[in-house]
Amino acid sequence: MTLSTKKLRQIGIALIFILPALLLFSPFVIIPMAYSFRISFYDWNIVKPELSEWVGLQNYLDALKDPIFQRAALNTGMYAVVTVPAQIVLGLMVAVLLNQDIRSKALFRVLYYLPVITSWVVVSLLFEYMFSGQAGLINYVLRDVLHVVDKNILWLADPILTFVPIHLLGIWKGVGWTAVITLAGLQAIPENIYEAAEVDGASPVQRFFNITVPLLRPTLVFEVVVLTIGALNAYISNLLITNGGDPLDRTHFILTLMYEATFGRLDFGSGAAISYLLTFVVFIISIIQIQLLQKQVEY
Amino acid sequence: MSQKRERRIRKIITYTLLIFGLVIVVVPFWYMLITSLKPQAFIFEMPPRLWPAEVTLKNYIEALGKDYFGLYFLNSLFVASITTVTTIFVSSMLAYAFARLEFPGKKFLFYIFLLGMMIPPVMLIIPQFIVAKHLDLLEKFTGLILVYVTMNISMQTFLLRGFFEGIPKDLEDAALIDGASNWTIFWKVIFPLSRPGIAVVTIFTFLYSWEEFPWAHVAIKETTKRTLPIAIALFQGQHLTEWGQVFAASLVSLVPVVIVFVLFQRHFIQGITTTGLKG
Repeated sequence: MTLSTKKLRQIGIALIFILPALLLFSPFVIIPMAYSFRISFYDWNIVKPELSEWVGLQNYLDALKDPIFQRAALNTGMYAVVTVPAQIVLGLMVAVLLNQDIRSKALFRVLYYLPVITSWVVVSLLFEYMFSGQAGLINYVLRDVLHVVDKNILWLADPILTFVPIHLLGIWKGVGWTAVITLAGLQAIPENIYEAAEVDGASPVQRFFNITVPLLRPTLVFEVVVLTIGALNAYISNLLITNGGDPLDRTHFILTLMYEATFGRLDFGSGAAISYLLTFVVFIISIIQIQLLQKQVEY
Repeated sequence: MSQKRERRIRKIITYTLLIFGLVIVVVPFWYMLITSLKPQAFIFEMPPRLWPAEVTLKNYIEALGKDYFGLYFLNSLFVASITTVTTIFVSSMLAYAFARLEFPGKKFLFYIFLLGMMIPPVMLIIPQFIVAKHLDLLEKFTGLILVYVTMNISMQTFLLRGFFEGIPKDLEDAALIDGASNWTIFWKVIFPLSRPGIAVVTIFTFLYSWEEFPWAHVAIKETTKRTLPIAIALFQGQHLTEWGQVFAASLVSLVPVVIVFVLFQRHFIQGITTTGLKG
């Protein structure tokens, strides 16, 4: 067998293993990405695409100038700023507690993970019900149990208060995940570092901030990356709890707005531009965070 | 003596905090269960009870008998099962190529598939919708399954590649000397040895397809072809205040997921901790 036929054979074998994935990935990921990029520069005509009018960057500029888009960008940013640190801190707390010498660790872990595996549709509806204005559980607790308010709060009718259930849901659903990932990080820290620090007279608080947190840094930064991307892509909870922007289109997230532009107004060009704006931001943030991730701590 | 006491106090604080957290996690589920067992007249009762005054299965009977709920359950089960099996085959083959075979353009291809993990899935919905329309895949389970498998390929391939690379090469070398082809090695050596990895892929993919909402929401409009997440969301839209039925349907839809999760939770936890993927 000559070298070249051997190589050809190798390629042939590899192709068999690669082909199924490539046959799916091309039409449903690669071509869509390119196609969507193209659409974003047109006033896209869905019935007769060949009649679509080239508008250059107009879709992008229109989106950026649109107050509804700006509001949606602000809402999305706030969601990330609030829910990501909250999930990290609470997850870290749960992980530290679970890392103690306790019984039924597996049971705790499963129960804390329950919200993570529950579908967004179900938990969004559940939070909508709990925060219902007339007689929700939350209003009852605030008014009749804790006495912090004297009348029912109409959570879902106010463009700011609507985000209370949306943010709390994001945190509630994500803590189990950060806890499990952080726990794995904690278990990888060698016990003798703590023992040495204890001998040197370091208090538990000092040990936590001078040993645990720095050594967990890669894990924590990784969580921040994943959670931030997730938060910027939040969609279902907002769509169901606000009915897609109620009241007055002031409660959109970027993706609910994209959905409305595309499938509500059938303005595919504008929807594609919005999704590329989001992708661009996600990409930049990922790159910055991955750069930070690579700075490892040495001990 | 005092050290022993300190340890006991620490234990009490740990359990107290853990149980407090657990209450916050579990109460919404409990409330959902209680609501699903209440008669409609008590849905907005004040004060809301965490223990129902009257238990009825009426919500379950009505919700499950309504709007083809049973059909939606089967639709979801069908789509999720086929997606899972297909993803296992497609991803493990690709993972084998990345882990064991040499071919030109390997690195480039690797980055292409890596890209699939970075792009927000919802941004692909518009062009996927157009592609699916051209390929006549809208209003079809095939359209759901193909897109679901595609959206899972990247993650699951990277997960499996890790598992495959952990398998000692000696076994394959021995088989190669005996004249076995790569194909045989893949099926007879690698695949059976990666059972834990395959289990993780099964769980991830099943959960994903079981709860996927955005794509199903645009690809399926026909009433009889809906999957559960769509059906539940629309059901709530149509029966605004019938929360008992909404939650009865929701809880039934949770059953397969909880079963899969509890059965495989050890593999599952191992999977997310080694790969950091989201469930």
